[in-house]
Amino acid sequence: MWQRIRFLIVKELFAVWRDPRSRMILVVPPVVQLLIFAFAMTQEVTNVRMAVLNQDLGLQSRELVARFAGSPYFAEVRALRGAPEIRTAIDSTDVVLVLQIDQDFSRDLASGRPTEVQLILDGRRSNAAQIVEGYATGIVAQFNRDLVAARGLPHPPSVLVARAWFNPNLTARWSTVPGLIGALTMLLGMVVTALSVARERELGTFEQLLVSPLESIEILIGKAVPAFLIGTGEVSLILAIAVFVLKVPFVGSLALLYAGMAVFLAAVIGVGLFISSLAATQQQAILGAFTFYAPAILLSGFVTPVENMPQWLQLLTLVDPMRYFTAISRGLFLKNMPAVEVGQNLWPMALIALATLSSAAWLFGRRLP
Amino acid sequence: MNRQRQPDPPRAPGRAGPARRIAALVRKEMLQVLRDPSSILIAGVLPLLLLFLFGFGVSLDLENVAVCVVVEQPTPEVASFAAAFRQSRFFAAREVRDRRQCEGDLVAGRIKGIIALPAAFAARAEREEDAPIQVLVDGSDPNTAGLVQNYVQSLWSNWLLEEAVSRARATAPPVTLVPRFWFNPAHESAAFLLPGLVAVNMTLIGTLLTALVVAREWERGTMEALMSTPIGIIELLLGKLAPYFLLGMAAMALSVGAAIAFFHVPFRGSFAVLAGVSAVFLLCMLAFGLLISTLARNQFVASQAALIVGFLPAIMLSGFLFEIASMPLPIRILACALPARYFVPSLQTLFLAGDVAAVLVPNALAMAAIAAVLLAAAARVTRLRLD
Repeated sequence: MWQRIRFLIVKELFAVWRDPRSRMILVVPPVVQLLIFAFAMTQEVTNVRMAVLNQDLGLQSRELVARFAGSPYFAEVRALRGAPEIRTAIDSTDVVLVLQIDQDFSRDLASGRPTEVQLILDGRRSNAAQIVEGYATGIVAQFNRDLVAARGLPHPPSVLVARAWFNPNLTARWSTVPGLIGALTMLLGMVVTALSVARERELGTFEQLLVSPLESIEILIGKAVPAFLIGTGEVSLILAIAVFVLKVPFVGSLALLYAGMAVFLAAVIGVGLFISSLAATQQQAILGAFTFYAPAILLSGFVTPVENMPQWLQLLTLVDPMRYFTAISRGLFLKNMPAVEVGQNLWPMALIALATLSSAAWLFGRRLP
Repeated sequence: MNRQRQPDPPRAPGRAGPARRIAALVRKEMLQVLRDPSSILIAGVLPLLLLFLFGFGVSLDLENVAVCVVVEQPTPEVASFAAAFRQSRFFAAREVRDRRQCEGDLVAGRIKGIIALPAAFAARAEREEDAPIQVLVDGSDPNTAGLVQNYVQSLWSNWLLEEAVSRARATAPPVTLVPRFWFNPAHESAAFLLPGLVAVNMTLIGTLLTALVVAREWERGTMEALMSTPIGIIELLLGKLAPYFLLGMAAMALSVGAAIAFFHVPFRGSFAVLAGVSAVFLLCMLAFGLLISTLARNQFVASQAALIVGFLPAIMLSGFLFEIASMPLPIRILACALPARYFVPSLQTLFLAGDVAAVLVPNALAMAAIAAVLLAAAARVTRLRLD
């Protein structure tokens, strides 16, 4: 029996590796994706184009505008000549924000009256606009502090000092890369398994497999193990690139990460095989894989935190293996997550793996002619 | 069916021939779509699934973020600032006396930040640096961490202002920033995400479905059979693309309708412009799917390529979730060749702002140029494959 399975495994690995196109699709895209998305997936907003409508002739307003122009976030500060130009500038998406300073600005400040400046933001890009608003608030706050200090007025009772643990500069890459490892592993593991049986069905080679002395469970193992091996190789490659090329710090235990990855892959392969035994054509298999993949990614906390979701959706995330792997991967990369915490994420994933693999085996046996 | 059987009236063969051949091919494709329910599912169910996931699941607005406020000595001033956290809808704040009580929670990710208030801030007003308010955030989620910092900062500014007003003291910030968000005043995530998602859905149908269908013909050898009929290369492409064009436009209408009806995203543009812009985008996607499938010639490679080169960039590099301007230069250049990066701002403008020619015309022209290049490439590659 073991020898038969071994032959099937070798055959499967050959089948994937022999075709130069499918060989390429296994190695090149994950690496390219990792490199591109690691830099693209940033919530940071830089190189912001802004405009200023300054109707004040005084020194103070020019000082405030200079601070915006000098900030590293704003790439370009255009001067507008009149209020109608605000609409044109925002509507055409030339600028994300317009700072509007009224004519009394410097006079108010000189006479000690509190004054206002308007910030008009493009709500079409509401996420970027909110982040930019944060930058503007910071610039105005610093402007206020300096004004107060210069006048010798009473200080505010304290100042804010912000510090980020685990990732002092809030580098987005440090958190997206550990998440991407899970996303890429899942894509590969699912598609390899989901399509393998469907392709054999479509091409008619599945019948040949059935008339061989292999039992259905042996065929299943023969399909699962190559996917597992390919997935493990893939993770190691991505991990090496993450640490050595992208310089994401890895402070946790490598053994724990591999343990998490093994359970995660098992769960994913179970889903892939389940889809595979349901699908009659490759198109159906792709549809099935995608129907699982998209929600699994979106609900994993990789794109947005699970806590932001409504309560009923948070319940649904409990059956998403990617949710646990994302927590383990981020925890081990950045926080040196203790083994106990890893274990708390490991056992739900193990249950999911058990459920998906056994239902795949059950369905596989039933769907054989 | 009956119409087809009737003898054709005499026609000039040069003109009637192509039209009839295309019509026959379109009918064959339509039947194929109708017979395999998975095509309908890809066109109908996946867009809705994504729409609901993004509508409910992906929220970039933080609400009720778990934080811990450390109050070492509750003087009236400190207590009043701590109360501001309890009233804020952004935070679900827990108050403790000692920072060590909640540091473990920050490591485990159960809370997103710790705000440590110094014993008495009024007493040390002159030496503010000695008694700063410390804001500790969890950097393993940099986005949330940054937003928490911003929210605490604005909570602090507001509190200072209120204090100054109530006591008429001179610590009122001299300049107050009044932000106004045009088009989406409440900055709701759905209003900004769902228009962009229409582009993702159309990419899914245009690229993935077309790539799969055409790759299947290559894989099974029926493409060669088709080519041995009198049909010309342009007719073949038209006949292949027409049914999926209709399917793609239907999915667009479905996504837009659901966004407006279920998620109450406003639509301020005109539907005619929407249809025009979408048609140009869909042409790009169909041509791209055709190109992929002809190059790949098997469904495994074609589907992977469609996901990797078509679908994922439409999500990641289109400006739908992440700002293109913030990306490094090589990626910004790469994004220029991406039809979705022109379609997403067009959709956001049509939904939230209206028919703004300054946005729509340049974007539509860019997409038309890409469509022309892709269609030409697809025709050329198909012809080469066959010779």
